[in-house]
Amino acid sequence: MFDFFIISKMILVVIVFAISLGIGAYSTYFERIFAAFFQDRVGPDRAGPMGILQPLADGVKLFTKEEILPTDANRFLFIAGPSLAMLTACMSSAVIPWGTYLQFDAGRVDLQVADVNIGLLYVFGVVSLGVYGVMIGGWSSNNKFSLLGAIRAASQNISYEIAMGLSIIALVMMSGSLSMRDITAQQAGMNWNIFYQPLGFLIFMICSFAETNRTPFDLPECEAELVGGYHTEYSSMKLGLYLFSEYINMFISSAIMATLYFGGYNMPFIDSIGLPHNIVAILGVLAFFAKILFFIFLFMWVRWTIPRFRYDQLMRLGWQILIPLAIVNIVLTGIGILSKDWIVSFFH
Amino acid sequence: MQLTNRKKLVVNKEMTFAERIYFPAILGGMRITLRHFFRKSTTIRYPEQKRELSSNYRGLHVLKRDEEGKERCTACGLCALSCPAEAITMISAERNPGDEHLYKEEKYASTYEINMLRCIFCGLCEEACPKEAIFLTKDELAISSMDRGDFIYGKDRLVEKEHHPDGKVRGGGPVNTRTYHG
Repeated sequence: MFDFFIISKMILVVIVFAISLGIGAYSTYFERIFAAFFQDRVGPDRAGPMGILQPLADGVKLFTKEEILPTDANRFLFIAGPSLAMLTACMSSAVIPWGTYLQFDAGRVDLQVADVNIGLLYVFGVVSLGVYGVMIGGWSSNNKFSLLGAIRAASQNISYEIAMGLSIIALVMMSGSLSMRDITAQQAGMNWNIFYQPLGFLIFMICSFAETNRTPFDLPECEAELVGGYHTEYSSMKLGLYLFSEYINMFISSAIMATLYFGGYNMPFIDSIGLPHNIVAILGVLAFFAKILFFIFLFMWVRWTIPRFRYDQLMRLGWQILIPLAIVNIVLTGIGILSKDWIVSFFH
Repeated sequence: MQLTNRKKLVVNKEMTFAERIYFPAILGGMRITLRHFFRKSTTIRYPEQKRELSSNYRGLHVLKRDEEGKERCTACGLCALSCPAEAITMISAERNPGDEHLYKEEKYASTYEINMLRCIFCGLCEEACPKEAIFLTKDELAISSMDRGDFIYGKDRLVEKEHHPDGKVRGGGPVNTRTYHG
């Protein structure tokens, strides 16, 4: 029962969970700080030094608000909606490789909770499940506007999943494996996938903006401000879970983008310095988090720059532009793979 | 027929390829926001920093005293009459024989109240006062409170503080004032 493997995995699960919740909470704080800086003002700086305790204040506020259940709302589904959104947001962090491995006397600890050999497919499965959280919330509110908002959100989500999956196919063609650890290990040093798949990365990034409901694709959210949207009828901590799950989704999307295209925990020259292996692994983890934080900053930067898409423009972009582009990307990758030897022979 | 010389022809041009793919416009926009990110903000952090007020600013009221320290207000009621928000109320009283050093004339205001929630800080009471008794100061702003009763300012908060050479302070109210001829 108290095997080293089980204990180490349990500790790793707790640490990963705590980190994703912590980064989700402080993303709300940094969102407000960056929004303020982009708009020539200062953000929250009253709760604690420089406003560091603001997420705590927000959490306390959400907990102490009144819980409202609309009449004739389906009670079980009303509570299940935000729970499902939160569940799928946290579940996808299980297959992301946070680092190589740590070597202790008792054994080896892989810095990845579950090294499934179909890791990428698992991620896409969980992302598809995320649509349910939104749909169930909109349906169970017993409110026509909520339902309309939820339908728009769900249709946006499933449209952009297709282009996302197609852009990943080109990547898998190159790497030959669906396991996240293998894809990361193949990008050792500076051999990052962004240099081989720039168009694929662009498509993947646009689709992850749409999947996490961030501007310019935040039609579900803007409807919450304007008319309705799937979280109109929610109050207190259920609303908190919806908003929180959006930030955790943002964190996970950044992590996946960094893993697939930017080398994950790899940094150039890290192996040639000659440090002990555990230190190199920890440095890799820190490099990974630096990349993730850069992507989170990019999400926020784009949010406070451009206006949002109209619904028909959004659908047109997803179906008529991104899917053909992704298919073209696959064809080009195929041509590249088949003619690789022929092209290389020119340079010899 | 031409109605005006200032006309502008509006052309609905087709978007160029660079405009249709949105990207150059998005990147240009992102560069602008990044420049704003590193600029200094223009926020004034109240209450540590306060805004510069003009010399004509109308802040809190003060009932002033004359050079000998006697209150100038005679409870004539012109300020209450002129107040468009009906914020001023007063009860007058006759000066007792031993109190000549406190009040300037025989009639004075034993109770003088301004309801700060009604006051609109227009300054008409200051213009109407014939004794140059009430002024709106420049430096004080109305402070907030959690209790509605705190906003009825009585004489203890309105009359100008008087500093004696022997250190005794008489009366209440804001100290920094702008004189009428200032």
